[in-house]
Amino acid sequence: MTRKNRHEILIHAILIILVIVLAFPVFFALVTSTLSFQESYEYPPKLIPGNQFMNNFKDAWERVNIGRLFFNSTLISVVVAIVKTILALLAAFAYTHFKFRGQGLLFSMCMITQMLPLPVRIIPTYQLIATFNWINSYYALMVPFFASTTGLLLFRQFYMTVPADLPDAARVDGASPMRYFLQILVPISKTNIAALFVIEFIFMWSQYLWPLIVTTTGEMRVIQIGIKMLLASEQIAPEWNVIMAGTVIAMLPPLIVLLVLRKSFVQGIAMQTTK
Amino acid sequence: MHEDRFPGHKFLPYILIAPSIAVIFIFLIGPFGQSIYESFFVSTPFGTRTIYVGLRNYIRLFSSPDYLNSVVATFKFAAFVIIIGLSISLAIAQLLNQKIRGVGFYQVALIWTYAISPTIAGVIWASMFAPATGLIPYIVSKLSGGYTMNWMTNGQLALFIVAAAATWKMLGYNIIFFLAGLQNVPDEFLEAAQIDGASPWKAFWRITFPMLSPTTSFLLFVNMLYAFFQVFGLIDIMTRGGPGNATELLVYKLYRDGFIHLNTGFASAQSFIIFFVISVVAIIQLRIVTRKAIYFR
Repeated sequence: MTRKNRHEILIHAILIILVIVLAFPVFFALVTSTLSFQESYEYPPKLIPGNQFMNNFKDAWERVNIGRLFFNSTLISVVVAIVKTILALLAAFAYTHFKFRGQGLLFSMCMITQMLPLPVRIIPTYQLIATFNWINSYYALMVPFFASTTGLLLFRQFYMTVPADLPDAARVDGASPMRYFLQILVPISKTNIAALFVIEFIFMWSQYLWPLIVTTTGEMRVIQIGIKMLLASEQIAPEWNVIMAGTVIAMLPPLIVLLVLRKSFVQGIAMQTTK
Repeated sequence: MHEDRFPGHKFLPYILIAPSIAVIFIFLIGPFGQSIYESFFVSTPFGTRTIYVGLRNYIRLFSSPDYLNSVVATFKFAAFVIIIGLSISLAIAQLLNQKIRGVGFYQVALIWTYAISPTIAGVIWASMFAPATGLIPYIVSKLSGGYTMNWMTNGQLALFIVAAAATWKMLGYNIIFFLAGLQNVPDEFLEAAQIDGASPWKAFWRITFPMLSPTTSFLLFVNMLYAFFQVFGLIDIMTRGGPGNATELLVYKLYRDGFIHLNTGFASAQSFIIFFVISVVAIIQLRIVTRKAIYFR
């Protein structure tokens, strides 16, 4: 065996160990979600799957109305990801293809929002939502998230590399700016759009603090809070098997989105880090 | 700077940015200003009236042992998430950035934790570490001959476990960005270093690491925001700030004071202090990025 080969085998071994270690918590959650309550408290803890998943899932479903929470999370994540993408595309187009008064200032204003995550303005934002009578509505869960600095930067970076011939040719051909935007710019931004969708979908799916304060009834809650409700509904000992059944369901959509759009996502990030 | 590609369309750019600017104004900049304003007031117990108190909310904060404890816990937590998390991620990304078979598989198998939400990371780790009945306390007790690991009574241990859970969740994200950054380091540079007889270790610190600094400083900022704010769900699920207030991070204290105790002025002052900390880190980050960009031009 050559030295190079041995080196490669060593790297494979390390990587495989890392893959297993990183995946272990989720593997453990999967196993727990298939055990009966008694099995989940056996000592030593079990690492071999049982056959109770459907029962646990049914329990979780009935206890906190997982179906409704799942629907809410999916709805807000998809809508926010799409709206954010559209607003970011429009803004990036404006900032890279036009010159207008106040451009620099307005751009800085978009950038400064990075410094204003929810907790630094949480109380007045909540009060504002209350003034709008939006408490416990989908508006409250979605609208405050619509602006995206990440998306603006992602598209702007890309549009600055688009050769000037492209818009110039479109103009000479008599195409309006919007036609150029819709028929040329948006189609060549596919990779970045997919990357942004992944980022924003996962971001919204993970929201917890904001939904916790602006929703007040069971049917407006999101799935992240459902997990908390499952955990809190216990009297004596946590029913980890039922909780994990809910957890497994709650982690699927973002994982699927990431895996399906993986190639575009990784490419989009790579474009972003290229200077 | 770029040219105007569509001269003669004076209003169009304003229409294009209007929706973004409107959202930013109404839901971000406006409330932020309002929050600073409210930090100079206290509300009466039933919220019927507010009284101007100047800097008293801030003075009260900095003389409160609970708040200072929360500051220390947050910095410890953030330091762990950032230093341990970024080091491990960079090492893994470096391993992945080699010419070996199956890279595509490893990439997917190592970045997916990005899709796990902090809340879910929290509930899974809480079950693994459940005192007396969880898997990890079982293993620890077997290996140590009877040590009972209980983070519901041991504050430092609790802080360590929530930090470890938070770090695990963020590894995938960090690996994605480090890997993208590493792939932008030109091979010629490293080959040249190799010809000059530099060890891989030396080449890494002298060439790769400096060239990665835009990525590293970006990740530093993102991880700080994560450690400061996005872990709220993880804390709420795992410890609710306990035991005592060992894991009561700033964002959790802010939530409690603002939304449980309805102490809006006091909470607004906390918001502003958090903003101040972010700004300092952001400025440092920006300086690193601009300096390095010039350096490599």
